[in-house]
Amino acid sequence: MNVRFLVNGEPVELDVPGMRRLLDVLREDLGLSGTKEGCGEGECGACSVILDSAVVDACLVPICQVDGHTVRTVEGLAPAAARGRTRHGAEVGSLDDLQQAFLETGGAQCGICTPGMLMAARAYLDDGGAADEEAIRTAIAGNLCRCTGYTKIVEAIARVANPGSMGDRG
Amino acid sequence: MTPGRARGIPLRREGPDKLTGAAKYADDLVFPGAWYGATVRSTEPRARLVAIDRTDDAFDWTKVVLVTAADIPGDNVVSLISDDQPVLVPVGGEIRHQAEPVALLAASDRATLREAKRRIRLRTQPLEPVFDPLASETVFAHFELTKGDLGAGFAEADVVLEGTYRVGHQEQLYIEGQAMIAVPREDGGITVHGSLQCPYYIHGAMKRALRLDDVRAQVVQSETGGGFGGKEEYPSMLALHAALLALRCRRPVRMIYDRHEDIAATTKRHPAIVTHRTGVKRDGTLVAQEIDVVMDGGAYCTLTPVVLSRGTIHAGGPYRSPNVVIRSRAVATNTPPNGAFRGFGAPQVEFAAETQMNRLAEALGISPLEIRRRNAYRLGDETPTRQILRESVAAEDVLERAAGAAEFDWIRERTARARAERAGSGTVRTPATSTSGPRKASGIGLALAWHGAGFTGSGEVQLASVASLELDADGRIQVLTASTEMGQGTRTIFPQLVGEALGVDADAVGIAPQDTAFVPDSGPTVASRTAMVVGGLLIKAARRLRSEVEASREAAGRPFAEAYRTWAAAHGPRRVDERFEPYPGVGFDDETYVGDAYPAFGWAACVAEVDVDLDTCEVTVRDVVAADDVGHVIHPVLCEGQVEGGTLQAVGYATIEEMKLVDGRYLNDRLATYLIPTALDAPRINTILVEAPFSGAPHGAKGVGELPMDVAAPAVVAAIHDATGVWIHDLPATPERILAALTAAEDVEPSPPGVSSRSARPTAA
Amino acid sequence: MAVEPPVESPRTLAEAFELMATEPPARPIAGGTDVMVQLAGEIGEPPERLVDLWRVDGLRGISLEPRALSIGALTTYTQLRRSALVAEVAPALVEAAATIGAAQIQNRGTVGGNLGNASPAGDTLPVLLALDAEVVAGSARGERSIPIGSFFAGYRRTALTPDELILRVRIPIVPGREARFRKVGTRRAQAISKVVLAVAWRADGSAAGAGGAGGGSWRGVRVALGSVAPTPIRASAAEAVLEGASPTPETADRAAEALAAQISPIDDVRSTAGYRRLVAARVLHRLIRDAGAW
Repeated sequence: MNVRFLVNGEPVELDVPGMRRLLDVLREDLGLSGTKEGCGEGECGACSVILDSAVVDACLVPICQVDGHTVRTVEGLAPAAARGRTRHGAEVGSLDDLQQAFLETGGAQCGICTPGMLMAARAYLDDGGAADEEAIRTAIAGNLCRCTGYTKIVEAIARVANPGSMGDRG
Repeated sequence: MTPGRARGIPLRREGPDKLTGAAKYADDLVFPGAWYGATVRSTEPRARLVAIDRTDDAFDWTKVVLVTAADIPGDNVVSLISDDQPVLVPVGGEIRHQAEPVALLAASDRATLREAKRRIRLRTQPLEPVFDPLASETVFAHFELTKGDLGAGFAEADVVLEGTYRVGHQEQLYIEGQAMIAVPREDGGITVHGSLQCPYYIHGAMKRALRLDDVRAQVVQSETGGGFGGKEEYPSMLALHAALLALRCRRPVRMIYDRHEDIAATTKRHPAIVTHRTGVKRDGTLVAQEIDVVMDGGAYCTLTPVVLSRGTIHAGGPYRSPNVVIRSRAVATNTPPNGAFRGFGAPQVEFAAETQMNRLAEALGISPLEIRRRNAYRLGDETPTRQILRESVAAEDVLERAAGAAEFDWIRERTARARAERAGSGTVRTPATSTSGPRKASGIGLALAWHGAGFTGSGEVQLASVASLELDADGRIQVLTASTEMGQGTRTIFPQLVGEALGVDADAVGIAPQDTAFVPDSGPTVASRTAMVVGGLLIKAARRLRSEVEASREAAGRPFAEAYRTWAAAHGPRRVDERFEPYPGVGFDDETYVGDAYPAFGWAACVAEVDVDLDTCEVTVRDVVAADDVGHVIHPVLCEGQVEGGTLQAVGYATIEEMKLVDGRYLNDRLATYLIPTALDAPRINTILVEAPFSGAPHGAKGVGELPMDVAAPAVVAAIHDATGVWIHDLPATPERILAALTAAEDVEPSPPGVSSRSARPTAA
Repeated sequence: MAVEPPVESPRTLAEAFELMATEPPARPIAGGTDVMVQLAGEIGEPPERLVDLWRVDGLRGISLEPRALSIGALTTYTQLRRSALVAEVAPALVEAAATIGAAQIQNRGTVGGNLGNASPAGDTLPVLLALDAEVVAGSARGERSIPIGSFFAGYRRTALTPDELILRVRIPIVPGREARFRKVGTRRAQAISKVVLAVAWRADGSAAGAGGAGGGSWRGVRVALGSVAPTPIRASAAEAVLEGASPTPETADRAAEALAAQISPIDDVRSTAGYRRLVAARVLHRLIRDAGAW
């Protein structure tokens, strides 16, 4: 079927099977390999992207349901002016505040969960999420990380969130 | 460009690429014209392979390539310690586990591949499988350590306590699955690109099975999304599979495991059964330790003897005991092979040793902190291998730091009072269908651990790793090692260490890709050895380069940082290779297992606080204080990251992570059924880094990766006991096991961890 | 990469009904959190064709009817969590929605999907059972209302005919009704339940405490469970003990024992039969204890 949607602000038009996963369309048809596949069944969150304003697992979204909507991926996080320079070695300054916070706190280790983690965090922040530890942990509970123990990820998100109650887990 | 610094510390070198999606993991690599590969696996735990058949319907087999054992140009072995594991089971050969590779398929698209795979039938003669490690007669390795006089020790003891502890399989669960792409070379060789820890393991395996030389076998690491040991030995198998298909197709072949295949087929942490008999004096002083360790290696040897060796040496825990016997064996069962996983045999035995120590404290009526103060290793003590601990012993230091930061004594008094108050109503009433008064109980627990730094025994000497530093004519400095980055920070700390040794900014030091065509064999990226051993070699190489440049005429008395560009322009490229030299005064006899098992040990203490829901026995690990002695902290942020991540893996091991098996097959081989902690399940972790430097390493570092994995599980189990009054001897300490310990009700307790049950249907004819 | 069967995306209910009535039989897909997993995991035979309901706005919306709350089949768990109407009429449903998956699943998974998938572990289902919900189904042949008690026909089977779609679920508004929900899972998010339990009742007579809590006797008691049988079930024996009784320790003990005696859960990869039986009873006991404030 013919589908049209916006990816990171740019219009895309494709002729693909309607049940093709958004994840495969991004990675294979559009070459946006920043979105990762960790399990293919909505358990790990590595393929998280923002569909309209909600974080979703791209492995669970058939492309027929994306027609006419907007998708934001990790490639679309940094300011547009800085993008394009990030291929093969991103430059300092090409990161948004959240990415920079992850870099400085140590929120990314092996990096495979990082794009999805960033998208879940971005959706939380865009929704007005505060620097509240329990709320941040809830917001990223659908994103598994095996490297960090989550401590530094929570710290990174809190750093760019609205002031809240860090250190309070309800 | 490098990402710069924050608060004076270099930021993760590849961080920006990972944070923008630019980093290329194996499945992100594009090879035009590549085919997709798949593995045909056995579906029986043990059988004779009679034939590999293709269904005779109208399927067009010319569209696919089928590879069997008969197509292997070299030896049909995945070369490692023992030559027992075939690349593919040959016709006539024995299938030894449910997920064993039997044939390979490749096709230009995944739909065709799927169709082809459905049409392969294995003809087999079933054989009787062995699942119980205690009944297995196939022994991969065994050890016995003896010190002092055990009989005399027990005769002297006031209290003798016995205990049996069992732990199951744990899945590494790197979030990036196993992935390898093989590309045929014009010279008839193969280049593989993949997610891996040890380029030269794969290189060796390819040379052997594919009959290739050093050049025609090439291994290139792509960005690697976690390893934890799971990408130590298994990638050799996957690389051979991809390579065999690529040789046959004459085009690139992608072998990317989905999560289901990854969990079903790849290695796990070894299950173990550990039995302790311990004699203590009334004041808590250890006088005798008798320990038996049985590990289940699964169907093939893999790294099992080395895992068992580390498990044996660590089995007594970080305590001096005059009289010790440790007997261990690792056996075969018809289950998928077990292999490397962070901690490498130590987490299993240290869970047992620490739980035993906590039970001893309870039996003697002294505090868990006090019994450790009495017995923890100090300088000059002798270990079960009769190694004298001459330096860098920080057991007491980490213990006091962790206990102090966690306010262990004070909180334990509080939980004890609460437990006494609850005792009136009983933690679980009769009938067990009814709840008691309070719904929640809190507990605090403590554990202490040691972890031998680097390879066991003469491992490093035999390995003779090389690390290199290159200064080219344009004045570019580059690190050349085979040490891989998989999240732990190799790519950041190597330039940092070299920069510090040369007196230049870390940003001025480049790092070569992990490609066997360019980098020397600096050994595998395992055993927490990278920062200590390879980092140490690089510092030595840098010091040599620095003195050479600074002593030169061109330098004219200027420091390296000001002189090296001029020097390089005048002298042309210079490469310094540094080969591992034995640490002075460190010796080990591999035959008798006597001597310095490790050049030094790292030390870790952990205090865990839990809340237990008394209705459901659900456990929340709320807070953890982790004090880890790493010798020298190179990069505080990365180092803390290792402790936090390792601690959470250990908390998962303690509470929820367990593979369940029926007929030798993993039942929970999906992410919906094998669960690891989410951010909501993770405790708040307070990391305390302690530095007791090791003099053999120029920077004093002893490694950090595995330490936290050894210590958190027994701390959590002790905290569960503090909350509920029951000791859980089997990991994970699930709500089912806790409730079973609290009640006499039927059918509550699950089967023991690590042992496959049998389905009602007979599996053998 | 998953199997990709053909799919059609109707915009109106009439189009959807027509597509559902066409051969070969079609599987409806809403938020995809179950269907996509089954396709990716090659769990069971893939459907020959799919009907994508995502654009059928007639299946959306939460509204108040004279005596019931109507929740459109395409209502996501996130929408349930954020709805003031649901919070007012059926707060236990909000609680249940919050325990399902995490943000990604809650943003896509739907009430209709949870019903249609009919998993014994579907977390909203015991709540809907306890609240006497009705499932409104529709097809080109018309609409019908199915009491939730007769909706689950067997393991992952429903009373729907192949051409029928779930349109909405109606929750009767019962003045004075209280409901409680508790899920026991392996971890705090992204976990399929080991036991899930919902209880609803009306407190009769003079309540000792505020909000219906306290010593008044219970009427219209419903005890519903998930993950302890091939379908979500009602625990009639426990209900019989509780009906007309006050939430006293004695009542709680008897109700919990009756519940444990009635259910026959199984051992599986998530838990054991004995744990499920005991914990279901203990959770019920605790809910009664909390309601009775003793």
